[in-house]
Amino acid sequence: MDRVLLDYGSGGKASHRLIGELFLKYLGNAVLDRLDDAAFLEMSGPLSVSTDTFTVDPIFFPGGDIGSLAVHGTVNDVAMLGARPRYLTCGFILEEGLPMADLERIVESMGRAAREAGVLVVTGDTKVVPRGAVDKIFINTTGIGEVFVPEAPSGHRARPGDAILVSGFVGDHGLAILSKREGLTFEAPVLSDCASLNHLIVRLLETVPEVHVLRDPTRGGVATTLNEIAGQSGVECRILESSIPVRPEVSGGCSFLGLDPLYLANEGKFLCILPQEHAEAALSVMREDPLGRDAVQIGTVRAEHPGKVVLETPLGGTRLMDMLEGEQLPRIC
Amino acid sequence: MSLFDNFKDPELCKALLDRIHKELDGELRFMEVCGTHTVSIFRSGVRSLLSDKVVHLSGPGCPVCVTHDSEVAAFLELAGRNAIIATFGDLMRVPGPDKKSLKSAQAEGARVKVVYSPFDALKLAQDNPGDKVVFLGVGFETTAPAIAATVKVAREQGITNFSVLCFHKLVPPALDALVGDPELKVQAFLLPGHVSAIIGVEPYRFLAEKHGLPSVVAGFEPVDILQALHLFVTMRNEGRAEVVNAYTRVVSDAGNPKAVSVMHEVFEPADALWRGIGLIPGSGLTVREEYAAFDAMRVFGMELKDVPAIKGCRCGDVLKGKLSPDGCPLFGKACTPAAPVGPCMVSTEGSCAAYYKYKV
Repeated sequence: MDRVLLDYGSGGKASHRLIGELFLKYLGNAVLDRLDDAAFLEMSGPLSVSTDTFTVDPIFFPGGDIGSLAVHGTVNDVAMLGARPRYLTCGFILEEGLPMADLERIVESMGRAAREAGVLVVTGDTKVVPRGAVDKIFINTTGIGEVFVPEAPSGHRARPGDAILVSGFVGDHGLAILSKREGLTFEAPVLSDCASLNHLIVRLLETVPEVHVLRDPTRGGVATTLNEIAGQSGVECRILESSIPVRPEVSGGCSFLGLDPLYLANEGKFLCILPQEHAEAALSVMREDPLGRDAVQIGTVRAEHPGKVVLETPLGGTRLMDMLEGEQLPRIC
Repeated sequence: MSLFDNFKDPELCKALLDRIHKELDGELRFMEVCGTHTVSIFRSGVRSLLSDKVVHLSGPGCPVCVTHDSEVAAFLELAGRNAIIATFGDLMRVPGPDKKSLKSAQAEGARVKVVYSPFDALKLAQDNPGDKVVFLGVGFETTAPAIAATVKVAREQGITNFSVLCFHKLVPPALDALVGDPELKVQAFLLPGHVSAIIGVEPYRFLAEKHGLPSVVAGFEPVDILQALHLFVTMRNEGRAEVVNAYTRVVSDAGNPKAVSVMHEVFEPADALWRGIGLIPGSGLTVREEYAAFDAMRVFGMELKDVPAIKGCRCGDVLKGKLSPDGCPLFGKACTPAAPVGPCMVSTEGSCAAYYKYKV
């Protein structure tokens, strides 16, 4: 059959065929292959656990797809607590009529992303709902990992005097999705930065365990994430606008659409906040990895305006960088 | 460094700022007409670098902010009539008289689609031949020509399920009404770059010639803006008032006659309601009789209804430069971007939203 049928969610033979011929083929491993009601895991604490549901439209976009995104997104969230992600669970909600070829491409991509990140998919679930009840495919992943640092990085630990680093160019994922969704083309194609950051995070924390905060600026972008950290820690994040790396094509596309790249989602970047004296060491570790090659310091943590993000413009002026109210919408003129 | 970067050059900006502050004698109260300028002045940090002697006022140049409550009520009424509404994104969150917006209407089942160009709306009509597609024609001279061209294409291609709810507004008549207000204390106008690219410089001459107000058509980069402020200072010190085109890389003095001609072929000037200001004669556009089949008001048999003004909202005074956004008693309390009372808070280019969002 070339399309997903309601039968595949029945729990009967069709479901078993789907699991055996598709999911185990690409995601199989010793734990998953047992097909028990739950996965038997051997882990020791403290642990980092995160769950996320992926509903991205379009499901295939320049630089990735919903399957790899569902792995990268959760692996990164687990890693940001100073943990080695080890296991993933995944739940699929499929729309009746989804082409099987699309599903296979997505599951294959998930398998590849999981292998690269070094995590095992250990349990899962599939539901098929009538056409129109969901948009093609929704995927939920839950990740679990072992925290390997004595004090886990947290949004509550930013302190005045800390440096704020970003691991590379921001806004790529958000603009890649938007341009594909709206059929917009730019002079240079914009690719999503979708990637698992866990190996880089392990190397960073093994070399510089003094890190206070790690956060991946996904939905809401760098601006929203910094606002969250400023609020959680009760500090001011002071950012130098000219130091934030934005690709010219992203900056150009945003200017055309009336969007701000600092509010666009990233799926392969992280913010790192740590005492200023360790900033250079952290930057060198990050720059040795292709995923952190363009890492830079973009600001410092201060005490003046608690809970706020203040941007210093290239002219030396200042302005607030607040959280967005709702989604960014393109403007009239 | 690209040509574009030159207009952001910090050294050049610093030199211009020094000259403005050194040469300025007394207070300079300038108003920018365009919402994009408003945002640029805040975003670039220019505002935080101006001395107290340079008073910055935001005028009626945000198309969302000046869309009248009765017009908002009209497009919400259409959304409830099972038409497919195609709109630029800015309008999605504008609250109507009953606090509903297109966004909330969409959540309740109205068919609303954000588009990036009026031609996307036309394609929507072609793709949905069984539905009526209405494009919300809100904006100034900047957007009106493209929308007029879309209507022409629709007629040429025999597309009969597409229409425009035409609430366009014209900048020069609004400025004329504004400067006629004896309470206005503006001494210079920063004129809009995008609108001027269409209409040129001529329609603004009255500002200098009749009212003695120095006015500069400027681009949106910090150097553009500071250069315009310096021109104001220079003109004042030399005792002259002119309309200067300082955005020659985009705006020609004659504007874009072809665009103007398309706009006038499909639309004609009409009286228009401006939110917070009221009726301004000849300040809007309506669809010409020849194109009546593409006028949503006629297609759906609609009329603008009287809508009571929102209690306590001082957006009108803000738009007229009589009140700073944070001088409004509702600002930041009853009226925030999360729960905007007036349009100046809801639009990304509104002066209240800019104050709320950017002022440290």
